Amino acid sequence: MASFPPKFKVLVDKEVCTGCLKCTLQCPFDVHIYDKEGFKASGKDKDERKNFIVRNQENCVACQRCVFTCPVKCIQIEVRPPTYNPHPVWTDAVRRDLKTQSDTGGVLLAAMGNEQPYPSYFDRLVIDACQVTNPSIDPLREPMELRTYLGRKPEKLEFEDNGTSLKTQLAKNLKLETPIMIAHMSYGAISLNAHKSLANAAAEQGTFMGTGEGGLHKDLYHLADSIIVQVASGRFAVHEEYLKTGAAVEIKIGQGAKPGIGGHLPGRKITEPISKTRMIPVGSDALSPAPHHDIYSIEDLSRLIYAIKEATRYKKPVFVKIAAVNNSAPIATGIIRAGADAVVLDGFTAGTGAAPQVIRNNLGIPIEAAIASVDQRLRDEGIRHWGSIIASGSMRSSGDVAKAIALGADAVYIGTASLISLGCTVCKQCFTGKCAWGIATQDPNLTKRLDPEVGARRVSNLIGAWSHELQEILGALGLNSLESLRGNRDRLRGVGLSQTELDVLDVLPAGR
Amino acid sequence: MKEVVIDSKGIHYKVLNFMIEDAINAGATKIVLENVNGQRFLLDGVNADVELEVHGTAGDDLAAFMNGPRVTVYGNVQDGVGNTMNRGLVVIHGDGRDIVGHSMRGGKIFVKGDVGYRVGIHMKQYEDNYPVVVAGGTAMDFLGEYMAGGVVLILNIGDAPFTGDWVGTGIHGGVIYVRGDVPEFLLGIGAKATDLEASDKKLIKELAEEYGRYFGVDPKPIYESRFTKIVPISHRPYAKMYTDD
Repeated sequence: MASFPPKFKVLVDKEVCTGCLKCTLQCPFDVHIYDKEGFKASGKDKDERKNFIVRNQENCVACQRCVFTCPVKCIQIEVRPPTYNPHPVWTDAVRRDLKTQSDTGGVLLAAMGNEQPYPSYFDRLVIDACQVTNPSIDPLREPMELRTYLGRKPEKLEFEDNGTSLKTQLAKNLKLETPIMIAHMSYGAISLNAHKSLANAAAEQGTFMGTGEGGLHKDLYHLADSIIVQVASGRFAVHEEYLKTGAAVEIKIGQGAKPGIGGHLPGRKITEPISKTRMIPVGSDALSPAPHHDIYSIEDLSRLIYAIKEATRYKKPVFVKIAAVNNSAPIATGIIRAGADAVVLDGFTAGTGAAPQVIRNNLGIPIEAAIASVDQRLRDEGIRHWGSIIASGSMRSSGDVAKAIALGADAVYIGTASLISLGCTVCKQCFTGKCAWGIATQDPNLTKRLDPEVGARRVSNLIGAWSHELQEILGALGLNSLESLRGNRDRLRGVGLSQTELDVLDVLPAGR
Repeated sequence: MKEVVIDSKGIHYKVLNFMIEDAINAGATKIVLENVNGQRFLLDGVNADVELEVHGTAGDDLAAFMNGPRVTVYGNVQDGVGNTMNRGLVVIHGDGRDIVGHSMRGGKIFVKGDVGYRVGIHMKQYEDNYPVVVAGGTAMDFLGEYMAGGVVLILNIGDAPFTGDWVGTGIHGGVIYVRGDVPEFLLGIGAKATDLEASDKKLIKELAEEYGRYFGVDPKPIYESRFTKIVPISHRPYAKMYTDD
């Protein structure tokens, strides 16, 4: 028995319900249970069957699967009003956590991003627009450049004596048609159908998807030109062919949702296909240690960067991902100086399939501050062109993307937004492996609910729409190329920010 | 057989590795590197039917991500030999250093002498892939740390008392054998010493014989000695750590 009252009410309009039982088949959390024996024993008519569906309301997570799949739309989920005696410090959420923890003695697990009500800097930044003196551009009728190249840029260009061919050897860059990439979410954390959807969407939009730490399923190797493969501390699935297959390789040091700690895919989630892709035995825990065992310094990091560059014969850009933390700026310059072609900054609201709640809610810093400080530091040191900055962590709209780019990012990763596009309702149960929408699960009965063709189209729609919106924003700014917005903090203004915060973000207050 | 000899003296590793790549592409089946002096990443990520002979000291990450070749080093190696290696053989006629066989998934590494800290760390096995690290001398602290599969065998031919602390810390798969005694207080969190079974003795005998062949040592007195076997207490050490399990 749970130690606290149910969070949600499951309301069924019995007048409308036909007793079709679909909800009992759709709910993976055992909320709607059909009492078949009871119905048979009662000897009642089929019309009465609806009265033999029991609702275990305490199991409901408000994933909305039953609501959407009910053919007659007779189900409604409501949040129960707080039931404890109100207290401003000991809130309902706090009391629930304490009781859950006391039941099991375990570390509280949580999914999706930080749930604490920290203020969002994106919501306190506004974007400039042209009026009269500097005309805006109509993106529908004029060329608007979103193309982005990620990687090291040359100091200067030198040409052969004929004046037309390039003498300078250019480092390998990734070519993006839009600055929006799909974040690293592993096969294991999400289903193969989700991976297929995301990879196809990335390919269609001329951008890239990250594999996460779980490797790349053989069915997706044909899309490898649109895929960035990841090397994390567990080195799962990392082998020579995998490194050579991806368009780029990303070394994951840290993750915004859980800075400084490792990962842990429980053995019960290592099914046969996951085992094949990760190259580990079925049922064994996949432990990703907190640090890489061969990296304890920037020099060590450089060694891994070059081990990967050597293994891929200098044909693939190598990125390094860190969680946004207090000293991201000096770390990022170390990363770029160590040879990385891009640094990936993952902010403290970034999503996750599973993280200890206390880590997720309390560690790391906002992505906006990290982008601005890293961009500034690289500029101050005169090495901004050595590597690109990729930002991630709760990019909710093209507005957030534009602000991230104006603060100094070259491109962004979207994770949660792409999952919501696939059908995710942010019910925060990813770590249970029971995702009702077939995304964060490996249960074949659930994964088949996600059609990868439909999924790919939806995510492609989303990225395409955001790209159009970015063009609109550029047009309003009177810019015809995203390159002109990059690090252009003069086109941002702060609203309701302290002078210190404005200094960190290097933006002026609105009105100045 | 086509043999290529390269004098590595004063050549940067990047250039040297391109020379090796060119030789492999030109059909070399054996490459001999003379005067190697710490050049890194030799045969890194190479998937080819080729044999490499290294004369001198091989630098960090020798055979990292390697998938198939055979390497013989006449000298010592620096850190990270066989890092995330998939397949192949490395035979070192000298000492190894730290993180030998880090995250290795398959293939074999034989070191004639001693090895450093955190050897065999996070080695893992998968189906036919079964990584093997054998050292003739002794090993330092954190031997087999975080190990998830494969075998680490320390032959301790010099009969020095084993002093490596924190053996098998965080081990959740695979097995460590150390010739002689490993006092209980040297075992790390999650590791336990158990008795050897016939299958363990057979494996030790096979690997000691292979060691003997590479380095011209009589394996019989080695494999007939007493060994300590160290294994994980649990394959799911953190199963009860979280509220959902």
